[in-house]
Amino acid sequence: MAVISPSDIDEEMRRGDSRRAQRDRTRRMISSKVTPRVILVLMCLVFMLPFYWMLSLALKGVDELVIYPPTLYPHTPEWGNFQLATETIPFWTLARNTTVITLITIIGAVISNPIIAYGFSRIEWPGRDKVFLLVLATVFMPYPVLIVALFDIYSQLGWINTILPLVVPIFFGNAFWIFLMRQFMLQIPKDLSDAARLDGANEFKIFWGIILPQCIPALGVIAIFAGIHAWNDFLGPLLYLLNPDTYTLAIGLTFFQQTQSYDVQFNLLMAASTLVVLPVIVLFLLFQKAFIGGISVGSIK
Amino acid sequence: MTAESDVALPTTTAAELRLKRRWYPSKIERKQLLLASIFIGPWVIGLLGFILYPIAYTIYLSFTRYGGLGDPVWIGLANYRRFFTDPNFENALFNTLYYTGLAVPIGVVIAMMLALAMNTDLPEIPIYRAILFLPSVLPLFALSFIFKALLDPNKGIVNELLRNVGFSPPNWFGNPDFAKIGIVMIAQFGAGQVALVFLAGLKGIPQHLYEAAMIDGAGPFNRFFKITIPLMTPVILYDLILGISMGLQVFTQAYIITDGGPAKSTTFLVLYLYENAFKFGGQMGFASAIGVFLFALTFLIALVVFKTSSKWVHYDLT
Repeated sequence: MAVISPSDIDEEMRRGDSRRAQRDRTRRMISSKVTPRVILVLMCLVFMLPFYWMLSLALKGVDELVIYPPTLYPHTPEWGNFQLATETIPFWTLARNTTVITLITIIGAVISNPIIAYGFSRIEWPGRDKVFLLVLATVFMPYPVLIVALFDIYSQLGWINTILPLVVPIFFGNAFWIFLMRQFMLQIPKDLSDAARLDGANEFKIFWGIILPQCIPALGVIAIFAGIHAWNDFLGPLLYLLNPDTYTLAIGLTFFQQTQSYDVQFNLLMAASTLVVLPVIVLFLLFQKAFIGGISVGSIK
Repeated sequence: MTAESDVALPTTTAAELRLKRRWYPSKIERKQLLLASIFIGPWVIGLLGFILYPIAYTIYLSFTRYGGLGDPVWIGLANYRRFFTDPNFENALFNTLYYTGLAVPIGVVIAMMLALAMNTDLPEIPIYRAILFLPSVLPLFALSFIFKALLDPNKGIVNELLRNVGFSPPNWFGNPDFAKIGIVMIAQFGAGQVALVFLAGLKGIPQHLYEAAMIDGAGPFNRFFKITIPLMTPVILYDLILGISMGLQVFTQAYIITDGGPAKSTTFLVLYLYENAFKFGGQMGFASAIGVFLFALTFLIALVVFKTSSKWVHYDLT
């Protein structure tokens, strides 16, 4: 009967425990360190592949471009392609047109959205939050639905072939940016405004002198978002800018691509694309926090 | 009698006051309203001029025949009747639903996978986050050029890699069966942005729930499907509605890469709208009707998702 002594059982359990603990540790290591890493590294490789290929094609000479099967990296990098691309495509004219629109968009967004957001956050008025729901609802208004009507309205105003259809609406606020700004302003303590009111400051003084300086980080986020929005816009310039002198990079490069016969100048298109995405990438790397901050504000339910 | 009226009197006045305040804003409220209207004035003007008036004008145009010149001619429901007889419209609708139905769910799964993988304390997470998020901020037109090069049958690296491992890959954007799949693939490069929204949601799940579940003996599978997913449903709902709305508007990629082809397999609703209004000699009335249809479709699908959400979305703990 007493073949197994209590101490044996103890010993056995201890050994089993440590083995199980070891196994648990390994499993936890795998689930918390190894698997996520494998997934993320693989996905990052996939996500970088387009950019690798863009650079790779941008640097291929015409001789290497037509080789089949394609070389996996440029064997004789043609750095002159960038220069050639800016000369073949009127790149700097397109870039200048795009930059003008981008700067005016940023100015419009930075002026209008804080003013509107102030009215929705720092002033109490009956029905305010219900009206704000209407602001949010406009986020879900698909822009393409309105393009026919907008085109007709703008052409009656004589705005076609000018940048006005692209920049004027920005000066009247954008639902998402108003939302972002409002969330930020709601976080500023109410006492700040009340104290200033007691000192006799009027609402405009409070907005300009007290609240706006507090909002500089949010203004930065809006400036970046607005700038990216304008730089990246495709449908707007496609609809309203019909004169080649007014083209932006988005449509200038698209029309360049469309007029090319199939086999040539993919390298130049990729070189030009590199030049287009480069400022955005630099901006992104410099202000990553702002981008990610803007996203998480958007995720607040 | 006197005692009763004494008691009754204040209540009536209070009710009256409450009623009064509801109908007529008090002096202070009027002042506040006036102040606020100065601040939100620009938005009100923008709403009227750039959203509400164009909506009304779109609806009006949808009942007319209009080429951009002269006056629109009222033709009643003819544009809407054309939906039932125009095979190109049905094709565009099918393509749009096919694209949205494929791109959005795949996007949710990929974004969730990325968010779970990033919800760890690996020291190099910021690097992954930067790489995964980057395509979301880049211009879609540039990504379209890049994908045209990437998936090119002769010059593309994707097919070259696939050939090297023994596949015979399709000519993506040259094959009606695969062109839409190619555009679905482009959409997945926006997953980083959604993943960050999901990650914020994951971080908001109280840790003690997992601890309690582990004490009760729940494995990782159970913890994921009984805690993580239910608590993430509000965020998933938000992404679904936004994703569907964006998916139904797909345009740029198809315009640049395939111009709606091959064999109209990537002619989506917005592209068909665009072609009718600006390419086929100004069918602006019919294009407006497509716009109204797109709006109704977006609204209806969002409504259905939202209505059914009460069955699967849990708001109790977030």
